[in-house]
Amino acid sequence: MSGAGYAFVDDVTSDIHFRAHAASLEELFGAAAEALLALTLEDPRAVAAKQREAVHLEEPSLELLLLRFLNELVFLRDARGLLLRVSSLAIRELDGAWRLEGALEGEILERGRHRLASEVKAATPHGLRVSRGAAGWEAEITLDV
Amino acid sequence: MTAPAALRPIGPALFELPIGFGPGMRVPVRVFGTEKLVSEFDDQVFVQAANVATLPGIVGASLCMPDAHWGYGFPIGGVAAMDPEKGVISPGGIGFDINCGMRLVRTDLCWRDVRPRLRELVDRLAERVPAGVGARGFLHVDRREFHELMHEGAGWAVRRGFGLEEDLERTESRGCFAGADPEYVSERAIERGLPQIGTLGSGNHYLEIQVLRDEHVFDRDLARAFGLTLPEQVVVMFHCGSRGFGHQIATDYVQSFLRDMPTKFGLSVVDRELACAPFASAEGRAYFAAMCCAANMSFANRQVILHRIREVFSDVFGRDPEALGIRSVYDVAHNTARLEDIPTDTGVRRLLVHRKGATRALPPGHPDLPAVFRETGQPVIIGGSMETGSHLLAGTAGSVASFYSSAHGSGRTMSRNRARRQVHGRDVQRRMEERGILVRAASISGLAEEAGFAYKDVDAVAEAVEQAGLSRRVAHLLPVGNVKG
Repeated sequence: MSGAGYAFVDDVTSDIHFRAHAASLEELFGAAAEALLALTLEDPRAVAAKQREAVHLEEPSLELLLLRFLNELVFLRDARGLLLRVSSLAIRELDGAWRLEGALEGEILERGRHRLASEVKAATPHGLRVSRGAAGWEAEITLDV
Repeated sequence: MTAPAALRPIGPALFELPIGFGPGMRVPVRVFGTEKLVSEFDDQVFVQAANVATLPGIVGASLCMPDAHWGYGFPIGGVAAMDPEKGVISPGGIGFDINCGMRLVRTDLCWRDVRPRLRELVDRLAERVPAGVGARGFLHVDRREFHELMHEGAGWAVRRGFGLEEDLERTESRGCFAGADPEYVSERAIERGLPQIGTLGSGNHYLEIQVLRDEHVFDRDLARAFGLTLPEQVVVMFHCGSRGFGHQIATDYVQSFLRDMPTKFGLSVVDRELACAPFASAEGRAYFAAMCCAANMSFANRQVILHRIREVFSDVFGRDPEALGIRSVYDVAHNTARLEDIPTDTGVRRLLVHRKGATRALPPGHPDLPAVFRETGQPVIIGGSMETGSHLLAGTAGSVASFYSSAHGSGRTMSRNRARRQVHGRDVQRRMEERGILVRAASISGLAEEAGFAYKDVDAVAEAVEQAGLSRRVAHLLPVGNVKG
């Protein structure tokens, strides 16, 4: 994931806003997943690749796809206790819909071993943007914390 | 952060932005607050409140409470009433944490009783009311029971033995919103919510042991009526909501409204975060029914937490909760939309009142109040930062100007990122302990985000709602022990 990354922005007073950038769409979604993990744990590097989850999503726009993808990660954290990052992804447009398929990897959250930071409630449509510029793909998203 | 030039005073602690301040406004914006508080609002609060004023079916004005701050979609501290026939329902006007709310509990204990046992109490509360990411409650319910809980709210918890019948009388709408229908709730939401009953959450959610000092009583008669009569009386206040269950319901419906708004509803809004559906549509009704389920889960969650508090106090002091006088003062919802009968220029109308980071505040004599509060007005709880304390107030006749609403907290002034850069959580913890406030936190960085300097002055917010005539101050409660998510 060279060249991909994210930065938190001082913006919405009550929530957390971040920008992600990457050369490819798949790396962009991966960087957004890393940002979510970095908000969840004090040390996101402590998450080991112990189990895999398949992911298949479809939405009418790229922005809604990113929103749905991050909310899928939030759901898996709450419902199954899973802390996940991207293992492999493929994103393509087909018949006017954007489809994401791939695999996530990570492990079950262990209170005590994992140092907890924030519990993101949801990714929101506030300031949501996915765009392609000269330097590659960029996204902005706001998380409700 | 300066208020727009178009903002003009129209009453005590009340300002107005006229139609025309923003494009497409159907009603003006009205801002409750002192000149100082309003001048310190985020610029975006005014823009967001003006955006809300464009929504179809909005009645009267788009309102901001004195603790308003920039949220997503609606400002937090925003109130909007919609015509149920012509208007919309918007998840962004309610918030992801549906029925995030506050409960205040009184005890017969004084500070001298609690002081020697404070560390034990805070430790035991932190253990029995799990907080932070991934917290799971001690209560295991199956899907059938969860369905009952969605219908019954706090009453379900009392029926299961987690509380007293009188707790319900002291909960907004007896802890149950009519209109809940689990048919409109996704399996994913239930899966997220099942393990979380009796958990506190994270972010600005907390459970506090507080002390009421004599010099902090503003209205002795009302304080007595609310059960606050002892010198240096100890109370417990906690703030939490519908947990992942409500978050998932909001997420499901925001995502589907975003897909359906332009095509199915023919609606266009000035900002995507105002995603909404006509209240009279099948989709709008479905969200309302699901939102009521989340509100009821939240009431049940706070009821179970009250039960845990009773258990912990009983264990630590070796007396049963009744002998310790542990009784609910009141439980208020913050993030809801409800059908309410509201007096307007054209008579009393049934309106869909969205409150996002705002508290209902019924005045004395209101027919929806239980007998116990008929003369006092509804208790209103304004939660401050974990360093500065909180306020107890009572609804007053002037709250008709705000669709019977009041402020809910002190309101952030600083982003979480900036707060984290300015101070380390360990330093906040040490500073608080030096001031006599014992803290147990699931997240140390979360403590930095919730430092007192990241919030408005809660005393100024309480004073402003009193000046505006929305509520009357009863007491200021100071923290001595805090459990944080």
